[in-house]
Amino acid sequence: MQKSLHIDPDKCTGCLQCELACSHVNEGVFNPAKSRIKVFNFHDQGRMVPYTCTQCDEAWCMQACPVDAITLDAETGAKVVSDALCVGCKVCTIACPFGTVNYNASTGKVIKCDLCGGDPECAKACPTAAITYVDANWTGLDRMRQWAAKTDAGAQAEA
Amino acid sequence: MAWARNVLRVNLTEGTCKNEPLNMDWAQKYLGQRGLATKYLVEETDPKVDPLSPDNKMIMTTGPLTGTCASTAGRYSVVTKGALTGAIACSNSGGFFGNEMKNAGYDMIIFEGRAPEPVYLLVENENARLIDASEYWGKSVWDTEEGIKAKHQDPLIRVASIGVAGEKGVKFACVVNDMHRAAGRSGVGTVMGSKNLKAVAIRGTLGVSVEDVGAFMQATADGKQTLADNPVTGQGLPAFGTQVLMNVINEVGALPTRNHRDVQFDGAKNISAEAMAEPRADGKPNLVTNAACFGCTIACGRISTVERTHYTVAERPQYQIASGGLEYEAAWALGAATGVDDLDALTFANFICNEQGIDPISFGATVGAAMELYEEGAIGDEQTGGLEVRFGSAEALTQLAEQCGQGEGFGAEVGLGSKLLCEKYGKPELSMSVKGQEFPAYDSRGIQGMGLAYATANRGACHLRAYTVSSEILGVPEKTDPHVTEGKAGLVKAFQDATSAVDSTGLCVFTTFAWSLDDIAPQVNAACEGDWTAERLLEVGERIWNLERQYNTAAGFTGKDDTLPARLLKDAAKTGPAEGLTNGLDKMLPEYYEVRGWTADGVPSNETVERLAL
Repeated sequence: MQKSLHIDPDKCTGCLQCELACSHVNEGVFNPAKSRIKVFNFHDQGRMVPYTCTQCDEAWCMQACPVDAITLDAETGAKVVSDALCVGCKVCTIACPFGTVNYNASTGKVIKCDLCGGDPECAKACPTAAITYVDANWTGLDRMRQWAAKTDAGAQAEA
Repeated sequence: MAWARNVLRVNLTEGTCKNEPLNMDWAQKYLGQRGLATKYLVEETDPKVDPLSPDNKMIMTTGPLTGTCASTAGRYSVVTKGALTGAIACSNSGGFFGNEMKNAGYDMIIFEGRAPEPVYLLVENENARLIDASEYWGKSVWDTEEGIKAKHQDPLIRVASIGVAGEKGVKFACVVNDMHRAAGRSGVGTVMGSKNLKAVAIRGTLGVSVEDVGAFMQATADGKQTLADNPVTGQGLPAFGTQVLMNVINEVGALPTRNHRDVQFDGAKNISAEAMAEPRADGKPNLVTNAACFGCTIACGRISTVERTHYTVAERPQYQIASGGLEYEAAWALGAATGVDDLDALTFANFICNEQGIDPISFGATVGAAMELYEEGAIGDEQTGGLEVRFGSAEALTQLAEQCGQGEGFGAEVGLGSKLLCEKYGKPELSMSVKGQEFPAYDSRGIQGMGLAYATANRGACHLRAYTVSSEILGVPEKTDPHVTEGKAGLVKAFQDATSAVDSTGLCVFTTFAWSLDDIAPQVNAACEGDWTAERLLEVGERIWNLERQYNTAAGFTGKDDTLPARLLKDAAKTGPAEGLTNGLDKMLPEYYEVRGWTADGVPSNETVERLAL
């Protein structure tokens, strides 16, 4: 069963543990500057929002890559950059409508979320479950459950 | 590893920025941050120096864990000789600035001299340079931070700056980073202003590594679990913030009220965590959300709004925003200490403190002193410009916040701090301070140990040097009776030593509601070279405490300065569980000197100096 990263910004405190975990597993150091997931702080509204690659089915980054360095991991659904093939041309960073593929000047390659091979560290590191890794076909399950719980609750209580 | 092993030395007089290796022998003895920067200050400056002279130095410093994934590991401190106190100052801040400094490859930035004209420091990894700050001089912290990010077209830059108050010499100006996190106390921002240094802007992309990654990931994961499982750090602080204390401390009769005339505030419930969660007239509560500093899995921070029709913001859309909201100490100082229970007025005054870089504790407490001076007739409309500075006046509070933030009007006199203000108007006894620094939010008649903690705190009255409230009220790590003096000397020493160590790691002291040094040592040990046990951390903490004490002794402080205002020693608490009590400092202090291994005059004895290898 394929899974997706699922983000609930309401639960995010802006602690950046996701960025720390991401940079640690991918770069071997704690370095938010090299994280594939970023938390945005909309200060004046008091909102913190994590954002990363959604692993598009029709992945524009993958389509755009002239050297086929981005390939589909059939098991996880992730679009994965091969460092051996990437030439750092950055066309994918332009092609991605969401900005989630970025160039890493210190290696000359691009970096993007690869779902950590199916066990994403950001989700494990998140202390408030703002980032979870759930069934890709049921990313709305929790929200459905919340609404379901409210449906006709009064009538049942009376019965 | 853990330490970047690199110091940036900025000579503001000469306009130079130079790298030098961190003294690793000192790092093994003083760990980092508070301890290590104090060692540098002691070695490089004369303790008798005027805090505002170019010969004083200001050190921004991280700990070895700063920038790692340990929970709360984003702290930095500003160490200098305090403008408010003339004593050693070390003010600790969260937010995201400390992590950025470490990621740029620096354990410390040492500022020397004084720039001929206003400047800011821009650091991009190994590249550091001073830049003309004339376009920001006269601007607020908020405008400076946004302006620097816009100018360099880099929203990821982190900025620590001073507001107008720090430029104008307000004695309790702070250094504010990330809009509303502050190295708040003792006037470290005043020192920064005296150096014509408006801001420090950093972008760091180098990364932070640790000695034994496997052990570190395990130790930090264990630590996070302990924080999550603890009722204070796992539930109370995220839900209510430090404001969880307002009603608790009021009920135990230790909430200093109206300049410490009283120990309980009838308006406490109106300015409490519970009040912040209540829907207002507009249907929304004051509290928008909780927020974390870098790496923090507790997330006690408050983000709040002022009700849009409130007189303070109705005509001023720039303040109709969410920003850093009331923490307990600020809510107490702006509220109970002044007798004001208008939550929106407090939230607004707190915004101004953040925007202009003033310490809300010393500011609110000094306004409380000014109100007593006014009501006693020692000052009048001539001094206040017609403003009725009476207890309970929200108008006086918010107007004085704006004036003090700009260093003008009667607000400039409030900016002297309560000690100089009360001396100036012939009522020195009305200053509720130790070593020139105003008390925070715990009355030592109701919590006896805090009296000793305040009297002996190296940076002047402070709750963060030995938070015996934890034991005396909350029962952590074990409950002691808040109304007795017995055993408090040892308790205060234990808290002081442990806290000195925690403040030197890069971690937040709030973790110690759940963590003991036994939880912290494995994290430090895995990150750092050397063998770091809880016992060694405690020894390092005791060494740091004595080093700070030696600095103050050399600066001219004596045992006579380890005292409390007469009001706390002679006027008994009038209400509540502590009714009839004064603080029994005279019973605790001699015993404290003894357990410290100090002389009867409060000077570290030769044996103690030798034992601690000072």
